[in-house]
Amino acid sequence: MKENVQLMKGNEAIAHAAILYGVDGYFGYPITPQSEILETLMDLHPWDTTGMIVLQAESEIAAINMVYGGAGCGKRVMTSSSSPGMSLKQEGISYIAGGELPCLLINIMRGGPGLGTIQPSQSDYFQTVKGGGHGDYKLITLAPASVQEMADFVALGFDLAFKYRTPAALLADGIIGQMMEKVVLPSQQKRLTNEEIEAQTPWATLGKPVGGKPRVLTTLELEASIMEDHNLHLQAKYRAIEAAEVRYEEIECEDAEYLLVAFGSCARICQKTLELARAEGIKVGLIRPITLWPFPSKILSQYADKVKGMLTVEMNAGQMVEDVRLSVNGKVKVEHYGRLGGIVPTPDEVLVAFKEKVL
Amino acid sequence: MTEELIIAGFGGQGVLSMGKILAYSGLMEDKEVSWMPSYGPEQRGGTANVSVIISDNRVSSPVLNSFDTAIILNQQSMDKFESQVKPGGILIYDSYGMHKPPTRKDINIYKMEAMDAAMAMDNTKAFNMIILGGYLKIKPIVTLHNVLLGLKKSLPERHHRLLPMNEKAILKGMEIIQLVSGMEG
Repeated sequence: MKENVQLMKGNEAIAHAAILYGVDGYFGYPITPQSEILETLMDLHPWDTTGMIVLQAESEIAAINMVYGGAGCGKRVMTSSSSPGMSLKQEGISYIAGGELPCLLINIMRGGPGLGTIQPSQSDYFQTVKGGGHGDYKLITLAPASVQEMADFVALGFDLAFKYRTPAALLADGIIGQMMEKVVLPSQQKRLTNEEIEAQTPWATLGKPVGGKPRVLTTLELEASIMEDHNLHLQAKYRAIEAAEVRYEEIECEDAEYLLVAFGSCARICQKTLELARAEGIKVGLIRPITLWPFPSKILSQYADKVKGMLTVEMNAGQMVEDVRLSVNGKVKVEHYGRLGGIVPTPDEVLVAFKEKVL
Repeated sequence: MTEELIIAGFGGQGVLSMGKILAYSGLMEDKEVSWMPSYGPEQRGGTANVSVIISDNRVSSPVLNSFDTAIILNQQSMDKFESQVKPGGILIYDSYGMHKPPTRKDINIYKMEAMDAAMAMDNTKAFNMIILGGYLKIKPIVTLHNVLLGLKKSLPERHHRLLPMNEKAILKGMEIIQLVSGMEG
């Protein structure tokens, strides 16, 4: 066995990766199926090693506002929850986006609406990608499909959030959160000192520097024209992110006559469907969006000229399928297959749906 | 080599930990592994099951609906999973409280009286290790040496004194598993 390979749950991998990245603070409130994130952090007591703060807040609303405060100080801060808990955080997320504050938001989705179920779901795609809070904002949204990516995307999420001074989200579900797989964790990075934060994020409110101008972070602006300028600035930033940060994986697409499009755990299920279809001689490929925003529209549009049909597979009633349809703009038939409320589709069942709807 | 396995029974029978030990054993042999529990309210007293995949290749879907092997430890799980064994596959069950034994003719069926053996060992907690031993006898996908390493890795250190008892239970399971009905040839 290779020395540095470990076996752990996706949720545990997130906790380890956060400490190793040099995160300053985690603020959260327990909810299934992501409680192992907080549990593992508490178990590892990083406050004794890196000095990272881990705090179980009195509520999800308190936790997101602690993130708002920590991010305003230029600190690496994060929160995690599952669907109903993420709904509670939406006001804070809108403020964080409006204030252009970098942080990492993790949603290990479960079935909804309402309190729903505790089983896996992907029905918060719209909430995350289209802006669950008010106002014109976007979240960089990463969709891990393995335990390794759960660990890797903690670092990627923070890197992107700080690069663009904007919040990033990690959107996974109970399958990736609860399953165990092999993972190789990164090496320990040091937490930044206040001097390093001051140098890297000159907007951070670390206390008034001697002789310096006061720094104000606010989302309130009573003059509409100034607010419009702020919005235009945000939109220009979002266009830059769309141009530079699209990520996706193409699996057996070169000779594909049909495409499956799926993210996260559904992409794993579809990979098996792809194997089953190819064993029957049907040339199926799989596009796995890794960033759900910015969405990989261009590559889908290119494949629309080559393939005879596409099927999106999601654990929801049809959310990402809207973005796939916008991407291909009517050039090819795009169908959707989904299971709802916490039911997970099996590879065989997806193959049957593919044959009925697309083949 | 790819082994797609489901272990299903009551919560508390050690279903999830048995899967965990197998996954760790696979890890010791540098194989690709996934361990996917069915979690939820059923963990608290109802049925519990876990699918484990051990393979030489990258594991695609951790979610499956047909299995090379099913290890079935209660009647509800038998009703649900007997039909999900691939033709030519293996079904191992514990006979304790199983009033409707499996009937498929296109798979190999093995029976264990692991609960009785565990009681004879004066340790009902050895139940899942006895079952694991029976499974490894029929499907030696990982070596006993690596299973013991995997066991050590998956047990918290304060429980390491229990390792010899677990080894004994695995060996017991290898002894007591019996073929009930097999396919032609």
